[in-house]
Amino acid sequence: MHFGPHLLLAALEGLVTSAVLALTALGLSLVFGVMRVVNVAHGEFFMLGAVLAWAISTAIAGHPAIGFAAALVIAPLLVGLVALVAERLVLRRLNYNPEGTIVATIGMLYIIQQLALTFYGPEARPVEPPFSYRILLPWFGYSGYKLSVVAASAILLVITWLVLTRTKIGLIMRATQYDRETAQAFGIPVDRVYAGVFAVGTMLAAIAAVLIVPISQAHYLMGQDPLLLSFIVVIIGGLGSLRGTVVAAILIGLSDGIISMFFSPTLAKIVATLVVAMVLVFRPQGLFGTTPR
Amino acid sequence: MRDASPAKTYALHVGVIALLFVLNFVLPDYHQGLFARIMALAVFAMGYNLLFGYVGLLSLGHAMFFSAGLYGAGLTVYHLGWGVPEAFVAGVACGALLALAIGLLALRTSGVAFMIVTMMFAQVFYLLILYFAAWTGGDQGLVIQQASRVISIGGASLDLTNSTVRYMNALALFSVVLLITLAIVRSRFGRVLVAIRENEERTKMLGYDTVANKLAAVVASGAICAASGAAYALLFGYVGSSFASVQYSILPLLWVLLGGAATTLGPLVGTLFMYYVTDIASGFTSAYLLIVGVALILLVLFFPKGILGTIRERWLGWLP
Repeated sequence: MHFGPHLLLAALEGLVTSAVLALTALGLSLVFGVMRVVNVAHGEFFMLGAVLAWAISTAIAGHPAIGFAAALVIAPLLVGLVALVAERLVLRRLNYNPEGTIVATIGMLYIIQQLALTFYGPEARPVEPPFSYRILLPWFGYSGYKLSVVAASAILLVITWLVLTRTKIGLIMRATQYDRETAQAFGIPVDRVYAGVFAVGTMLAAIAAVLIVPISQAHYLMGQDPLLLSFIVVIIGGLGSLRGTVVAAILIGLSDGIISMFFSPTLAKIVATLVVAMVLVFRPQGLFGTTPR
Repeated sequence: MRDASPAKTYALHVGVIALLFVLNFVLPDYHQGLFARIMALAVFAMGYNLLFGYVGLLSLGHAMFFSAGLYGAGLTVYHLGWGVPEAFVAGVACGALLALAIGLLALRTSGVAFMIVTMMFAQVFYLLILYFAAWTGGDQGLVIQQASRVISIGGASLDLTNSTVRYMNALALFSVVLLITLAIVRSRFGRVLVAIRENEERTKMLGYDTVANKLAAVVASGAICAASGAAYALLFGYVGSSFASVQYSILPLLWVLLGGAATTLGPLVGTLFMYYVTDIASGFTSAYLLIVGVALILLVLFFPKGILGTIRERWLGWLP
């Protein structure tokens, strides 16, 4: 294969990574933006979504599309439920104290990971894609499912954006993000908004995981990379900025896809992590973020 | 902090050291080995406590200082054939230098950003170990041969693979570091650190250079953690990338929280407690991380001050 098609393939793979990453990072960003909570267990909610997707799709017989559709609906709902319980039992009792919640979500990370290992096992298991149509390009065939992941992610991102900017729910969320106490004084049930945002944030990660699982298999340690990459995306995009998050996800996903196709993936990760750490040190508001209030 | 008679404080610490000394002759073999490990790792926790407990800086990347000591000592022995004392010094120096560099960068941030930045630098360090697997052994690690783990002073030689020698070396390091932290905490420098934790702006206004003090604390903390890592490599003869992973940044936090942040003996209590809880629990289940997770959440919910912190608050106000 020549350089051009090779690059195109790398870019397509990068685009799929970007799509999933944008959804996962958006969840992390929402939780941080509204609640000021750094959810270290975010990657584990992602993993939980993937593992549940495998469980649901294998439990349902018949055409793989039926099992997948069921997983796409049920898995995020279950993950949201788990997150809701965690929020009520732990985060709220800590009064969303930034340091306390980091320690607590580290605890959740270990609990979810260990439970997945105990009940799901150390194997990586695949989920059959709902359809296996291949798009034939002049140089190579490309999975139609992968492109549909990109489309699905784009649709979800637009919906989230519309909800945040055009609806009453979005207004309430933004008000809470802007000033928690004033929002409370205006009769906004801040408590319930926090619970909802935490659940929705993890559900976005779970949806991303269900979408990726036919491509990359479910494994109990699969939450580590998305967590780190989401952190990178959220930081580069500016903490709590939706547009920045999406732009950064595309940037990181594409460059990750292209760099790791031509260089060692470990080296790519080292460079990316170091660059992000430096961004945080020298430009804490992120590349696209505005100066903090 | 209520000031107590120094005699009482020093008596307590010397008493703890003496108790650990006696335990060497009393404990059965298995527990003697476990205690040596616990004391070496308690040094790691003490280094962490210096920064987290006294300065209030929560780092999520201390595994890099521990493993800087681990590899600084391990690789010089393995590749350059250095003796044990030189390798130990090399390990501590690596940790101190790394801490200086990281401190200069990371201290530009604060709060949540500080945690994430330290975590990312530690991740880079971890990935570098994997990347240079040709020298570091990658995730397989390296085993340091018994022959290179002998200290020879004059005619006499100390074999670190001997369980009593190992125990005594771990105890010696532990005692020295314990007394150093006690001295730091009771010094002017220690008081400035606590003042920074309580109110950094006011401390700055009173004319203290808070950045320089924080940097000194990061370097001291990094050097102590590296000493723990170097001792661990030399005493137990294994270096591996798992010691640089995120988990080893979380563990000292857990030990310190459990024992009591900003107490001199808390790190030992926390490490001891956690080691025995997981040791006993592993008899019933292999799910040891589950216990770590549950412990972290319960601690932060119900005992944010830890064991010794709670004791100090309720009964013994003079505890340092």
